[in-house]
Amino acid sequence: MKALKELTGVAAPLPMMNVDTDMIIPKQYLKTISRDGLGKGLFHAMRYHDDGTDNPDFVLNREAYKNASFLIAGDNFGCGSSREHAAWALEDFGIRCVIASSFSDIFYNNAFKNGMLLIKLPQDAVDTLTAQAEYGSNAKFSVDLESQILTAPDGTEHKFELDEFKKHCLLNGLDEIALTLEKENTIASFEKSSTQNHSWLTPAN
Amino acid sequence: MSARTLYDKIWDAHVVSTEPDGTCLIYIDRHLVHEVTSAQAFSGLRHNNRQIRRPELTLAVVDHNIPTSDRSQGIDDPESKLQIDTLRSNTAEFGVEYFDATDVRQGIVHIIGPEQGFTLPGTTVVCGDSHTATHGAFGALAHGIGTSEVEHVLASQTLLQTKSKNMQVLIKGKLQKGVTAKDLTLAIIAKTGTAGGTGHVIEYCGEAISDLSMEGRMTLCNMAIEGGARAGLVAPDEKTFAYLKGRPKAPKGADWDAAVEYWKTLKSDEGAHYDQIVILEAKDIAPVVTWGTSPEDALPITGSVPDPQSFEDEHKQAAAKRSLEYMGLTAGTSLDEIEIDKVFIGSCTNGRIEDLRAVAKVVEGKKIADRVSAMVVPGSGLVKKQAEEEGIADILIAAGFDWREPGCSMCLGMNPDRLKPQERCASTSNRNFEGRQGHGGRTHLMSPAMAAAAAVTGKLTDVRTMVDS
Repeated sequence: MKALKELTGVAAPLPMMNVDTDMIIPKQYLKTISRDGLGKGLFHAMRYHDDGTDNPDFVLNREAYKNASFLIAGDNFGCGSSREHAAWALEDFGIRCVIASSFSDIFYNNAFKNGMLLIKLPQDAVDTLTAQAEYGSNAKFSVDLESQILTAPDGTEHKFELDEFKKHCLLNGLDEIALTLEKENTIASFEKSSTQNHSWLTPAN
Repeated sequence: MSARTLYDKIWDAHVVSTEPDGTCLIYIDRHLVHEVTSAQAFSGLRHNNRQIRRPELTLAVVDHNIPTSDRSQGIDDPESKLQIDTLRSNTAEFGVEYFDATDVRQGIVHIIGPEQGFTLPGTTVVCGDSHTATHGAFGALAHGIGTSEVEHVLASQTLLQTKSKNMQVLIKGKLQKGVTAKDLTLAIIAKTGTAGGTGHVIEYCGEAISDLSMEGRMTLCNMAIEGGARAGLVAPDEKTFAYLKGRPKAPKGADWDAAVEYWKTLKSDEGAHYDQIVILEAKDIAPVVTWGTSPEDALPITGSVPDPQSFEDEHKQAAAKRSLEYMGLTAGTSLDEIEIDKVFIGSCTNGRIEDLRAVAKVVEGKKIADRVSAMVVPGSGLVKKQAEEEGIADILIAAGFDWREPGCSMCLGMNPDRLKPQERCASTSNRNFEGRQGHGGRTHLMSPAMAAAAAVTGKLTDVRTMVDS
């Protein structure tokens, strides 16, 4: 996965709570067998009119936010379906960092596995950042992952929490499966003891 | 050792290793796979020249994408066909057991796991689908994962996880007549909110939970994810063991006895710590319907559409206003005056035999309203067969229901079963999100009995006024 150490850019404000993954990427894009090219379907129902033309009112269609690399959303962002297509679509569009007061557990994990950083901040702080993001292309946000600080356009610094392990993987762009497979001996020994103690764990027939 | 919850016990029994920050490598006992979230994981294995560590612990089935009309002649939609063909070839290449669309054991992934005895108490169960929470009904630690994690499990039979917090949802007393597991699970979400369970694993406790059938417990746990929880759990008991005994993939002989002995230890200790406790009185719960576009937008059928201004929080006010616009509803309208166009009976929430029996009980000898088109999609081929043998199918067909082949169907509308813009549906599924059942479609979530009542009257209806249940 892509490493992320620092990021600077414009933030698209989407102050809606409970933005679900159906809304982030709807069903018609789930028939793909590839991870690529899903940015075109991002927020499809809000972003396009029924005839396929752009809805000029939607934030990502406004000139200032067409190249946004941050998204500032409402509480419980990414709830619902486990579809990783939601993370793939955001990443493919160019969003590398989402800020909200909470995220669904599954979406949270999916995003980090795709080189994205999700930042949880109290709702008051999110509201302030949303208001600043409304200033458009001159309102630059930046994040430094090593120090875990998000700097708002007005210079205010917001410290955020993050698990060390997630941070380490994201800073270095590590392949988690390769890391896990290095523990082959530990996994094999766990398996041996669990099969000995609970032979019923192996499915019948 | 100090007092532990059921979740603590299952978690502790599966920790393979721990990172300094507390991130754990957890062993996965059961992995379910379907066509929509697996292709990219198999591609990843192939790209990195990796094998599946223990193929016998993975079971694959096609469910999301397939039409619910006759499938014996193949599938027309080229994209769906490609995705299904890809699952078939991937499972053959990597040696995973696969139930194809024409197999009687085919069905919704969360219906067939328990049905086959693949889901067992005390195990860890994952699937690239958020409704994996369903399997928690058996006292299995079960949760949805993304495709990267599907690949991780295939390659290593493990997952990197941080431990969730413990949450207890305690239901005191007995449910009233006509109130089902679906009403219960929606009432819980209405109380906790869709983010109320975020970062937690819920254990459902109390008399009303013990009283539920295994089917009811599956309905309950299925929607733990709609309350934001990582997983839902019900401690296994004699009902659990009776359900599993003799199922094809359940333990046999001495293994069965050893398993039951272990499963009996799977309950929370006296004095175990919960980070959050939510208590509901069963007697206060009525049949519930949703009015908005989030599962937390649930109210008793005796209520009316709320005024967005009645919510304290400004973000919630904005969400409610948007919901009412999308749903085409006016604040103050009695919920039982809302007319519907479609009825959908099915899904991993309510596509089991007990659900179809509940519908048959309401509609037997009646006809669905002229304005309504209603479909029943059994959760699996085996559920369908049983319903046909019990005469349920005949009752439903006589009432005017369309009797379909098994699959996820109109729960998410990836196949041709979809709502048209502004069509209003009484649905036994789990999500009323904007566009979930079809672009512009309007979903009201409810129990199978309530959906059956709506089918007959053509509007949302309190089923208690129709049958003596």
